[in-house]
Amino acid sequence: MKLTIGHLYPDLLNLYGDRGNIQCMMKRCEWRGIEAETIAYRLEDPIDFDKLDIVLLGGGSDREQMLVCSRLKEIRKDFKKFVETDGVVLAICGGYQLLGKFYETKDGRIDGLGLVDLYTVQKKGRLIRNIVIQSDLFERPIVGFENHGGRTYINKNKPLGKVIYGKGNDGRSGHEGVIYKNVIGTYLHGPVLPKNPDLCDYILKKALERKYGSVELLPLDDTQEHEANDYIVKRYEDKVQNIKEEILRRI
Amino acid sequence: MKLRRVLAVRAAKLVGNISRKMGKQGVTWAGLVARLIYPDILQDLAGQLRGKSFIVCGTNGKTTTNNLLCSAIEAEGKKIICNRTGSNMQNGVVAAFVLAADKHGNIDADYACIEIDEASTMRVLPRFKPDFMVLTNLFRDQLDRYGEIDITMDILKKAIKMAPDMTLLINGDDSLSVTLAMETGNKYHTYGISEKVLDGDENSEIREGRFCKKCGAKMKYNFYHYSQLGDYECPGCGFKRPAIEFDASHIFAGDHLSFEVEGRKIEANYRGFYNVYNILTAYAAGRVAGLSMDHFQDTLDKFNPENGRMEHFFINGTKIELNLAKNPAGFNQNIAAVMEDQTPKDVIILINDRFQDGEDVSWLWDVDFERFREESIRSITVSGIRCLDMRLRLKYVDIPAKAERNVAEAIQDRIKNGVGNLYILVNYTGLYSTRNTLKRMEEESR
Repeated sequence: MKLTIGHLYPDLLNLYGDRGNIQCMMKRCEWRGIEAETIAYRLEDPIDFDKLDIVLLGGGSDREQMLVCSRLKEIRKDFKKFVETDGVVLAICGGYQLLGKFYETKDGRIDGLGLVDLYTVQKKGRLIRNIVIQSDLFERPIVGFENHGGRTYINKNKPLGKVIYGKGNDGRSGHEGVIYKNVIGTYLHGPVLPKNPDLCDYILKKALERKYGSVELLPLDDTQEHEANDYIVKRYEDKVQNIKEEILRRI
Repeated sequence: MKLRRVLAVRAAKLVGNISRKMGKQGVTWAGLVARLIYPDILQDLAGQLRGKSFIVCGTNGKTTTNNLLCSAIEAEGKKIICNRTGSNMQNGVVAAFVLAADKHGNIDADYACIEIDEASTMRVLPRFKPDFMVLTNLFRDQLDRYGEIDITMDILKKAIKMAPDMTLLINGDDSLSVTLAMETGNKYHTYGISEKVLDGDENSEIREGRFCKKCGAKMKYNFYHYSQLGDYECPGCGFKRPAIEFDASHIFAGDHLSFEVEGRKIEANYRGFYNVYNILTAYAAGRVAGLSMDHFQDTLDKFNPENGRMEHFFINGTKIELNLAKNPAGFNQNIAAVMEDQTPKDVIILINDRFQDGEDVSWLWDVDFERFREESIRSITVSGIRCLDMRLRLKYVDIPAKAERNVAEAIQDRIKNGVGNLYILVNYTGLYSTRNTLKRMEEESR
């Protein structure tokens, strides 16, 4: 079995350890004897989506995201076909925003890929903190770090999870991220996959099943992954700690 | 005004003493108290300087460069004010002046060398107009606190424009620093390294400034030193590395450092290529201010940073080196410096996520830790608040590590069971406490 991961524009979209997500997927394939390859695309490269099983779209600075935007219009049609034929996509932060119809900033409206029915509006104040969410896909909570000025509205789509601690999509709905077909959009950095091996394996499994039909992944020893995950979950179960961090954040 | 100044100085000194007795550095509170009593204290005291003033700014190397500059100017026979402890926010800057004043609120000093955190320049420069700003470099650092590097550059640009008569000294090898200097319109001087020093393909390293900040085209590089530092040119708009005024040549960076600048040979008993920049920058700063710097080599020979930057300890037969590593560019350089020592060694990595460190530890995945996958690395212990994240990071480059949250325990264990050669890399908030722990252990072992 073999998986090919397309990393879109890491030259420009590489904030917050996004390459850790690639490393995580590659290693978890390697440990199971599944061949895996990552293709890093530059802005000028043509992308053959038929060759790809997983697409990673990371986050960039606002300025760099603008540079990417004009290029995205040209690949939109092929990307849309990939999504509609159950291609697996992980889109983080800025990448998540680009999945939607538009991103409205104080300087104007940036068109997105329109792959998922969602949109983002920039509002005052960034939502910055550790975050814990509960997805109904997994028993263990998903943990990460959020840092975004945009508020994302996912309309009738299913969120990735409910916010247990943190702010999430828009700071109000109590939802974080989105799942549409095999597309996962989320604001979680960390990077998100290493501390949430269930999510990483979910992505790998979906990609393998699309290609090879029913697949069972070999279990791995995830003790260290779970301990790092538990640390964050437990830290925010502690109400006193929450209040302490909130006070420190405001002074 | 005089009364307020005297009151502010005395109150600040009192607060500084009390908080030092409580085991803190005591600087921040002293600065805050002085400012509350007399908001204009900084311009008042800075105005009493007889000579020039420097501020040192930039992502990495601020403290080392500033302290070295300070020692070098002292060696030229000048009296100087300096925030040596590295307290570099507004209160720390104020405290450096206040604590140097006598009880009448008077300053007896020729020069000032003040390190300032980039984000704090906006609060300091309205009140204090230095003659020179030394900018070390601009790297990605603590995205949750500073935001993207574009935001840091904007802040610096606004702050620099508040002091239009201030002369800049910038790293010509850093396209981001050069862009910034050109956009401010302030007068600037450059230093840099025009020869290729490091071999090998280091393209995997995360770099800022891959794209021209002026026109958006992808920069072309003749060579890289590290991160985005190197010899660059934009094919789109013609923006390129400027002529270098203080150009280091004949670089040697191995078990010690040496280079030549302005026909002088400079040697230092440190490791780490990045220290060539720190030394060159301090030298160039003195020269730009018109000093002869004839005693610079003496200063370097005697220079002991004593602040957890490559600081050495010797405890029960174990040689220990403590170093600060707080962002990917700094960490990669520190790893390279550790690997210059090819003898067997143990390593402790301490990662905290307090506010001053940056709460987001994602950056650990932008560091090239796989370079530690060498036979000479006998063990790695991960410590600090986020030791479990650090351990996981190493797992994904096939490096096993032991987790011990308490750094004193981790150090004790390596002294007892290690190979007698220990490197400790810590991020910001771990530095002071780890250093105190090491000093205490060193004293007890004597």
